[in-house]
Amino acid sequence: MIAHSKPSVIKIRVKRQDGPGQSPYWQNFDIPYEDNLNIISVLQKIAANPTTRDGKSVAPVAWDCGCLEEVCGACTMVINGRVRQSCSALIDRLLDDAPSGEIVLEPMSKFPVVRDLVVDRARVFQSLKKVKAWVSVDGYYDMGPGPKQSRAQQEAAYPLSECMSCGCCMEACPQFTKVELERQAGESEEDYQKRVADAHNVAFIGPHAINQAVLFNNHPTGQFAKSERLDALMAPGGIQVCGNAQNCVSVCPKHIPLTTSIAQAGRAVTVHAIKKFFE
Amino acid sequence: MAKKRVVVIGGGLAGLSVTMKLSELGIPVDLVSLVPVKRSHSVCAQGGINSCNDATRQLGDSEWKHLDDTVYGGDFLNHQPPVKEMCDWGPKVIDLMDRLGVTFNRTDEGFLDRRRFGGTLYKRTAFAGATTGQQLLYALDEQVRRWEAEGLVRKFEHFDFSAPILDEQGVCRGAVIQNLHNMEFISLPADAVVIASGGPGLIYGRSTMSVMCNGSAASRCVQAGAKFGNAEFIQVHPTAIPGADKLRLMSESARGEGGRVWVPRKPQDPRDPKTIPDAERYYFLEERYPKYKNLVPRDIATREIFDICVNDGLSVDGDKMCVYLDLTHIPRAELDRKLGGILDIYEKFQGVDPRDVPMKIFPAVHYSMGGLWTDYEKSGSGGLVVGSPRNHETNIPNLYAIGECDYHYHGANRLGANSLLSCIFTGLVVGPGIETKLNATKMAAAEMPPSLFQNAVAAEKQRQQAIINRPASSQNPYQIHLELGDLMTRAATVVRRNDQLRAALATVAELEQRAKVASLADTGSWTNQNVVFTKALQDMFPLAKAILKGALQRDECRGAHYKPDFSMPSLAAPTREGRLQEAEQWCDRFEENTAKWVKSTIATYDKGDVTLTYEDVDTSLIPPRPRLYGLVGAEEIEVVWNRRAAAKAQGNPAAVKAATTPAVSSM
Repeated sequence: MIAHSKPSVIKIRVKRQDGPGQSPYWQNFDIPYEDNLNIISVLQKIAANPTTRDGKSVAPVAWDCGCLEEVCGACTMVINGRVRQSCSALIDRLLDDAPSGEIVLEPMSKFPVVRDLVVDRARVFQSLKKVKAWVSVDGYYDMGPGPKQSRAQQEAAYPLSECMSCGCCMEACPQFTKVELERQAGESEEDYQKRVADAHNVAFIGPHAINQAVLFNNHPTGQFAKSERLDALMAPGGIQVCGNAQNCVSVCPKHIPLTTSIAQAGRAVTVHAIKKFFE
Repeated sequence: MAKKRVVVIGGGLAGLSVTMKLSELGIPVDLVSLVPVKRSHSVCAQGGINSCNDATRQLGDSEWKHLDDTVYGGDFLNHQPPVKEMCDWGPKVIDLMDRLGVTFNRTDEGFLDRRRFGGTLYKRTAFAGATTGQQLLYALDEQVRRWEAEGLVRKFEHFDFSAPILDEQGVCRGAVIQNLHNMEFISLPADAVVIASGGPGLIYGRSTMSVMCNGSAASRCVQAGAKFGNAEFIQVHPTAIPGADKLRLMSESARGEGGRVWVPRKPQDPRDPKTIPDAERYYFLEERYPKYKNLVPRDIATREIFDICVNDGLSVDGDKMCVYLDLTHIPRAELDRKLGGILDIYEKFQGVDPRDVPMKIFPAVHYSMGGLWTDYEKSGSGGLVVGSPRNHETNIPNLYAIGECDYHYHGANRLGANSLLSCIFTGLVVGPGIETKLNATKMAAAEMPPSLFQNAVAAEKQRQQAIINRPASSQNPYQIHLELGDLMTRAATVVRRNDQLRAALATVAELEQRAKVASLADTGSWTNQNVVFTKALQDMFPLAKAILKGALQRDECRGAHYKPDFSMPSLAAPTREGRLQEAEQWCDRFEENTAKWVKSTIATYDKGDVTLTYEDVDTSLIPPRPRLYGLVGAEEIEVVWNRRAAAKAQGNPAAVKAATTPAVSSM
């Protein structure tokens, strides 16, 4: 159902940035209205004809995308002030909600901008290493089936496992702040990457990785590494940084019970810390 | 001596699976991907993964029957030894994924739950809700991250594979890749390069595939001399949600869980579908295919939906073609538990809850059965020699291909839930073969003369610079891509006609010329998506030509390749006796066609043109037989065919006709 009256053009305002460390600037584009468009198809139209509202030819807007059905997490950006995937951001809905008729696209603010709407989310994946988000099997030879699990166990684990590492929860979290380092003169790429990784390691790990730690701590085999994961959650940048704002759970596109996972991890960490104290 | 390394191109199920296996064998891997590997297209796979299992076994199933369903569904174009090996490994692959923590749905007793998929009568398919591909991918992603943390895997994410590096003897010694952020080219010396880059859906413009599935990696290997098999076999999935940017998949599992396909008997009946009584609904798949019903193989379901809309004029909507896929008779709780993921997608993109209202769906390009030609070594028992360096090696030594981008396993039509199996299986099975290859390699690629690698990088820089330097022209790469997609969708999907294919080949040649002069809106050297897209577009043409030429030359119907001008007729005689007579001629014609066309189409690329040759298919395990799903006269054809087969089995083919004909007329 289309509630808004159909405009002749869709007004798009894009926050652009030519590269890391450069100043952002705004550009406006008018796209002829069609039914059933989403942000991806609008950006595709801009790519095919990158001309601003005032008729200036510009470089196409850079953005990330992948599956276009909200399962890969690539196309996350801030749309009319709200972090979400651009594939599932339908123009007709956005026009319903934005009486001004303008749609504003910005890159996520908690990650360094690579270009325009493309950001560097290496930190998201690095946090998965920190909490050892995997089952440490002996190997990949045939050893028969995994441990039997109840339907209830599967139904508890599956929603946590649907996390696509998109970054929405981190963008919305007030405790999660941007880490952006510039490469120094004479610094090799390897040294620079190591310095970035070290900085990520002590910055807040975020709801995403805490949830993954819980997923694997609840797995019959994954729990064998439970104490290592809890150690990681107690380290600098760990769960203690969470301020319980609960923004994460409200923006998660997969409706993952992130605050439940955080509460569960918090209790486990407390018990773990007391045990360690008496060791 | 320098340590030997392997480069893997692509981080979907196949690429991650081989990376994980090589890591276990202690072989370092450089893993190259256009996107962070966790975002690979395998996330879009929904329904599940097949294997024979303890429950089906007791109903008569076996690995052999899985093989039989796969080659029968594939219309006997599959080389059978690799399929046999895959089906034998099926139960073990699912056990492994279970151990890795995949959240497979469970039965009340805690076993893996199974559902039925198309082209089989057994419940072979294990599943994790309706996001099985995502869950399997994540499990492998996690294992590879573990090896990355241990230092055995280096990831190159946001990198494009530019070309394989071949030495003077034509042996692959590494790859040139490009950093998509700073746009620099680097070379990765490697003692084996594994292409696991998935399908080429973007050649069709919109499909169910992700935006990175542009076929460029495979095409770049073809342009370097690799052979490409069965290009014309493109699977069109029967059920997708049409969209402006993408045709989103609606999994076969919707039908596996009881979903029914129908149209109102009255064309474009304007009533609310829920109020249309059963008698006024045409459940055309159930009526036409009483045995398999809504779970006929995909090629058949697709043609029927196409036919009901195009030829019978029974599309649900007047302005766009679609049929109902109806789940509304299934309890909500069950739908949420087993199909939640895909129903959410429908609801999110269509604004309608498919638990309450029948979905509107239409076929869409989905999967490429064809791909890079690869070798294998057949074992004494008819499967593969595990550990043979020939398994999955292309005709370019040291260059391997696995997953969707090789041409094995699925023949002329893939069965649902077999691709997740083939992707993981090929990754696991190619690992030990590569280990053998590396052990036999005398000189590591890293010790080859640096000029080999420098020259390869220089060639790629030059290619890119030439594109950036093009004078401004009115040709726009995105516009050309739209035209290519429309053309390919019209000429080479569900129904194929020689006049259209011939015309499409001519138009593709024109589009290719236009793409060669298309100029860029962005000539910068930082995150230039424009130039990367333009290169990928140009590399679509060799594969597009292989698809069209393959389809043009193949004057028959086989699996997904359907040419009505060459279809095998149904039997028309009114009496059984008459039909049995007709069945004799039918079987003669079938045998002639089998002799002529049970052949892989092999495309090679030379100076801008594609030439085709044909290769015999190894059908040594299960001889080709007529694929009779729903054909009028199927019963009679089967009678005649079985007699002939029995007589052949007695080693007296000459007696076949004489023996069967009198028997038929006396019945």
